Amino acid sequence: MGLEAKNIRFRYDRRQNWILEDCNLTVNKGDRLALFAPSGYGKTTLAMLLAGYLQPTEGEILLDGAPLPLKGVCPVQLICQHPEKAINPRWRLKKVLEESGELREDVLDAFGIERGWLERFPRELSGGELQRFCVARALMSGADYLICDEISTMLDVITQAQIWNVVLSEAEKRNMGIIAVTHNRHLANRICSKVYDLSTKTFL
Amino acid sequence: MNQNVNTPLLEVSDLSVSFRMYDGALEQRDLQVISSLSLTVYPGEILAIAGSSGSGKSLLASAILGILPGNATTGGSLRYNGEALTPERQKQLRGTEIALVPQSVAYLDPLMQVGKQVDGHRKPRPTEKRRGLFRRFGLPEKTEKLYPFQLSGGMARRALVSTALLTDARLIIADEPTPGMSLDQALEALKLFREMADEGRAVVLITHDIDLAFAFADRVAVFYAGTTVETAPAQDFRQGPEALRHPYSKALWNALPQNGFTPIAGFQPYAGNLPQGCLFAPRCPYATEECHTTVPPMRQVRGGEVRCYHGA
Repeated sequence: MGLEAKNIRFRYDRRQNWILEDCNLTVNKGDRLALFAPSGYGKTTLAMLLAGYLQPTEGEILLDGAPLPLKGVCPVQLICQHPEKAINPRWRLKKVLEESGELREDVLDAFGIERGWLERFPRELSGGELQRFCVARALMSGADYLICDEISTMLDVITQAQIWNVVLSEAEKRNMGIIAVTHNRHLANRICSKVYDLSTKTFL
Repeated sequence: MNQNVNTPLLEVSDLSVSFRMYDGALEQRDLQVISSLSLTVYPGEILAIAGSSGSGKSLLASAILGILPGNATTGGSLRYNGEALTPERQKQLRGTEIALVPQSVAYLDPLMQVGKQVDGHRKPRPTEKRRGLFRRFGLPEKTEKLYPFQLSGGMARRALVSTALLTDARLIIADEPTPGMSLDQALEALKLFREMADEGRAVVLITHDIDLAFAFADRVAVFYAGTTVETAPAQDFRQGPEALRHPYSKALWNALPQNGFTPIAGFQPYAGNLPQGCLFAPRCPYATEECHTTVPPMRQVRGGEVRCYHGA
């Protein structure tokens, strides 16, 4: 049960090498797992597979024993590495947030999102400011699982600590499962209870 | 041209940047995003710039290169190698004398193979040198034939850093060169920057990986809400909060995951809505009445500079 990757193999093209091979991973609600590996080992690919953005070439992704739902808000939400590529550049940020449901004032306040920013376009905000919108959007959707793909590397350390504190307290309240991709061992130890190395397929 | 080590290669004094925005249909107003910002960079050194997201670090880079958007106006002065950095000079120097590692991997041309675009328009093509750099960064040989969408975040980042390292620029402005790289790769990138600085060039390293910056830089400038609040030898940042002068620098140090992970409350003020006195006063535990009414001047304290009445 929980969110499972079962015997996943994946490649982007038949002429290319496998990016992921025999990948098995289970995360239950309430678990916090850090995903670790050198760059280019398929961490982001696995994150996209788990959130349903990609279909595995072989194997399956199961949520509580069934495939991910294809309609409605996905209960597994992905927060991407590059916020500037994850937001529609032609939408004002209010519309970006409203896409995932009703605006929640407490989430906006917790992330320090100025109300004035809601009327702006994405290119008028800094990367760190945009990332707060991406995290808020994922939390407001009512998801059960969050896949965080290096969500705080472009933030200053104070904002990083603030955002993770909000994410962790919200996750605790709602008993969410979290998979966090990070290169920072210190951060992984702070936010997660287990660390999985994708290059050696072992728990550290 | 004066090549003396003691003359700064880049001198930014009292720089301000503001954006003209529309307020309603016809009303315009200026939004000041950088104010009274000063810093100097000497040949042979790495100056790290740390500070909050949205504090104007990337805008400073754009201002130095003269690539700010059209609705921006600048004040104060920029000098490169002792000469005023006019828009014409900037146009001549950027890409040859001054190189940029851009912050976003979206700066890569999506329709061009990576090897080709890293080589650029130089004649003859520096293919061999570039392959050497790729090897040092652990990028496989076949990377040069790939398109940006086929790269992982860390690979794209390493390709971007290679573009700047391939030039003979004397000043390299690296805007967040390391996110997405693993620790080994980030260390390799910083080692390359260190080598360039040791050859007598200068590197401005804008980064949030401040623990790495502290290890490799010579001096660190801390930015907050569009201005410098402290400039100090990197040694002080390696030592810990007691050696630092500004309360915001101390807060940065304490928020590192390995040093407590405790954020201070509150947020950086929004550019249109800056406090009257010290920009950090609303979040500062030591703020007094003076701090709330007048902006503190830059003071020399223990071999560093600090913009605070109380820092000692």
